[in-house]
Amino acid sequence: MNLTLYVWRQKNADDKGRMEKYEARDINHHMSFLEMLDVVNEGLIQQGTEPIAFDHDCREGICGTCSLMINGRAHGPEMATTVCQLHMRHFKDGDTIYIEPWRARAFPVLKDLVVDRSAFDRIMQAGGFVSINAGGAPDANALPIAKKDADTAMDAAACIGCGACVASCKNASAMLFVAAKVSQFASLPQGHAERKQRVEKMVAQMDREGFGNCTNYYECEAACPKEISVKFIAMMNREYLMATVTR
Amino acid sequence: MKLDAKVPSGPLADKWDKHRFEMKLVNPANKRKFSAIVVGSGLAGAAGAASLAELGYNVSCFCYQDSPRRAHSIAAQGGINASKNYQNDGDSTWRLFYDTVKGGDFRSREANVYRLAQVANNIIDQCVAQGVPFAREYGGLLANRSFGGAQVSRTFYARGQTGQQLLLGAYSSLSRQIGQGQVKMYPRTEMLDLVVVDGRARGIVVRDMVTGKISSHAADAVVLATGGYGNVFYLATYAKGCNGTAAYRSYKKGAAFANPCFTQIHPTCIPVSGEYQSKLTLMSESLRNDGRIWVPKNRDDNRAAGDIPENERDYYLERKYPSFGNLAPRDISSRSAKEVVDDGRGVGETGVGVYLDFADAIKRLGKDVIEERYGNLFQMYERITGEDPYTVPMRIYPASHYTMGGLWVDYNLESTIPGLFVAGEANFSDHGANRLGASALMQGLADGYFVVPYTLGDHFVRAGVSDVTTDHPEFKKVEQEVQERMKKLLSINGKRSPDTFHRALGKIMWEYCGMGRNEAGLKKALQEIPALREEFWQDLKVMGTNEELNQQLELAGRVADFLEIGEVMCYDALTRAESCGAHFREEFQTEEGEALRNDKDFCYVSAWEYQGDGKEPALHKEPLVFENVELSTRSYK
Ligand SMILES: Cc1cc2nc3c(=O)[nH]c(=O)nc-3n(C[C@H](O)[C@H](O)[C@H](O)COP(=O)(O)OP(=O)(O)OC[C@H]3O[C@@H](n4cnc5c(N)ncnc54)[C@H](O)[C@@H]3O)c2cc1C
Ligand code: FES
Repeated sequence: MNLTLYVWRQKNADDKGRMEKYEARDINHHMSFLEMLDVVNEGLIQQGTEPIAFDHDCREGICGTCSLMINGRAHGPEMATTVCQLHMRHFKDGDTIYIEPWRARAFPVLKDLVVDRSAFDRIMQAGGFVSINAGGAPDANALPIAKKDADTAMDAAACIGCGACVASCKNASAMLFVAAKVSQFASLPQGHAERKQRVEKMVAQMDREGFGNCTNYYECEAACPKEISVKFIAMMNREYLMATVTR
Repeated sequence: MKLDAKVPSGPLADKWDKHRFEMKLVNPANKRKFSAIVVGSGLAGAAGAASLAELGYNVSCFCYQDSPRRAHSIAAQGGINASKNYQNDGDSTWRLFYDTVKGGDFRSREANVYRLAQVANNIIDQCVAQGVPFAREYGGLLANRSFGGAQVSRTFYARGQTGQQLLLGAYSSLSRQIGQGQVKMYPRTEMLDLVVVDGRARGIVVRDMVTGKISSHAADAVVLATGGYGNVFYLATYAKGCNGTAAYRSYKKGAAFANPCFTQIHPTCIPVSGEYQSKLTLMSESLRNDGRIWVPKNRDDNRAAGDIPENERDYYLERKYPSFGNLAPRDISSRSAKEVVDDGRGVGETGVGVYLDFADAIKRLGKDVIEERYGNLFQMYERITGEDPYTVPMRIYPASHYTMGGLWVDYNLESTIPGLFVAGEANFSDHGANRLGASALMQGLADGYFVVPYTLGDHFVRAGVSDVTTDHPEFKKVEQEVQERMKKLLSINGKRSPDTFHRALGKIMWEYCGMGRNEAGLKKALQEIPALREEFWQDLKVMGTNEELNQQLELAGRVADFLEIGEVMCYDALTRAESCGAHFREEFQTEEGEALRNDKDFCYVSAWEYQGDGKEPALHKEPLVFENVELSTRSYK
């Protein structure tokens, strides 16, 4: 199939950036979206145009590196799919596709479709951990954990930190990302000792990074490639309330 | 070059204890005087950096991704081994040790493997304490599954995302140390060379992948935890950015490269669909617990899988290896798939694939159970192929997956360059000629949490605080060399992108140094690779400049190194005139087509020493002595 692409090109963080038009020819429907971009890039190189920079690594939907807005939707049209796992069979010959980077104040563009998501790391550094050192942990089976709780923790822990939640939110809120981490630890006894400080510190850092507030649009859940549920946002709100009233 | 493995004396089970006692300790007040560079933030790197920082050392950690959480370890699906014996099925440290040595076809060092088996249980404890949500039974205790190459159920898992959960655990510990200022993290920063002064590793030269700035970092020790070089095959299950650069540049500075030809081809990956293919996706081997592997008995049978009656199917693993069946080790399973495909009995559009069929398991256990066990894997398969594995069998084929080979290290995980330590997949130490499933995560975390933190301390005390700073002329010289190299890559101005060279190399490697190898093929590869390399340096096209985010330039640097790594692999494969584990030399097989090992002549680790560009590297041998297990023919029949 043949496609028309409009792609965001931006030389560096200081450049203003603009959409450029490219033709993608002879695209096979078995290709992944990123393989389609590889083919386009190979063509650009042959023409002497700088190829389009985009972030990717595992190409199997788990590392959270790939990050494209496709026709205004984070990771494109398919539910529960990262863009590296999106295949061209979901597009038709003659389609026009708009490709842009994540847009959020806290995620500045570095070049073309590549953004800086280090704000997420700083939120984690503020409190996204259980404070234990290597060595000296008790036997793993010393503390039984109800399967239901372990499953809830795993549902939350499945977050890949891609930032689609932020990119799809009108307010560029990072609530789903932070809630997933807070809820994972809140569901497990190992996380209980620090639960109050954790939620307070992570939320404070989130605010410092310039993410917006959550006003319950729930676009984040719809865009999340791992289908992290917004029920975790409610869970975090409870955690936060509990932490602040019992301070 | 002298290869001293420094294995402690005494009984196998006491070696590590004894060694820990004998190693020097750094006085707590002095720990802050020592600094370590950790390159890599995968399981080995993140665990190592966090643990060293917890002890009070100053740590700098580097990774090429935008966040340490994205290291390739994140992609591991199946699980992690330990011999907890929670299932009461007869597991023990000794059994895990024995299985690993046997699985590696008796080409690993006993003492290292035993230590790995010993600390494995601590890893599970550690991860649970970090809040890693392993799968659990209804009673609240941890669940286990079985995995290829073992007859006990010793694998811990977190759905199909074990690597992700373990890495996020290590990343959380690392994040805590970064937050406390004990680790300085450098994401999007690529190590491009090692700096050695007076025979000791003193630091590294890196490139900031956003600004292109080349800079130096000095420390009292350097730990490489940069993963494997399996992307040399181009099509592989590795993340696209995985590379051999850090290890290879260190090899050029004097670190021996051990068993480079021991590369693992994983049996259960989604087959190639076309020329544009950029990577291959693994389907966790745990699928082999319930899936049955088969091909039609007759050649060129084009019927749909469902139309082929039971008696016209060949469940070849169950037929050839009745006691392990579909759980036969990876090398055996991969080779068997290649055999049936070469015999013209492959399936799918391209004929390069075999079936992995869940129909029986769904009948026996119900769709819900299968969905609970493998739901996300089935989803991933469907997404990629557009086929529903609940109703039609999966198609799978082997792909490059892991490198047992890597930089040579002694018992302390120190390379042949003093002060340069190597952890995780980047070293060669524990898996011999073949790695068993769920053992890489175990090794990465063992190295990072429980080995390197001790052995580095001992090194610090023995070597003392390094007085070499980045002002030393050697740092300036290496920086200059790295600059020159960037300039050179940018100035060739030829016609071909780095990717096209990488693909071409991958084809050569897969053809001649892949699942089956022979003398003529390897000799051919040793002519084709230098020719391709020559072309690379004449006809490469990289646009843009060094002083910006330039993905083509990054790639070009890595491909340049792969073009040399491939050659070392072929030399190694050629000199190892035996078949063992994943290294199958077609000239050396039994009448039944099984690997024919030659313990008399090849019971050694091959360690290659760089001799200069375009020169054949020098081979050194570390003899492998087995005092505790008897060398036997590996049989999974
Ligand atoms: C798809 C897949 C599934 C797997 N499943 C399992 C499993 O179920 N069980 C199991 O035990 N094993 C499994 N493995 C193997 C296992 O995941 C890896 O061997 C292991 O995670 C490697 O960890 P590592 O820490 O050594 O390296 P990696 O995780 O590869 O990390 C390498 C690090 O080094 C950094 N780096 C590399 N080069 C440079 C450079 N030049 N400069 C700066 N930084 C650099 C990277 O940024 C990264 O942080 C699987 C592998 C794959 C591919
Ligand atoms: S590239 Fe890893 S999730 Fe898409």
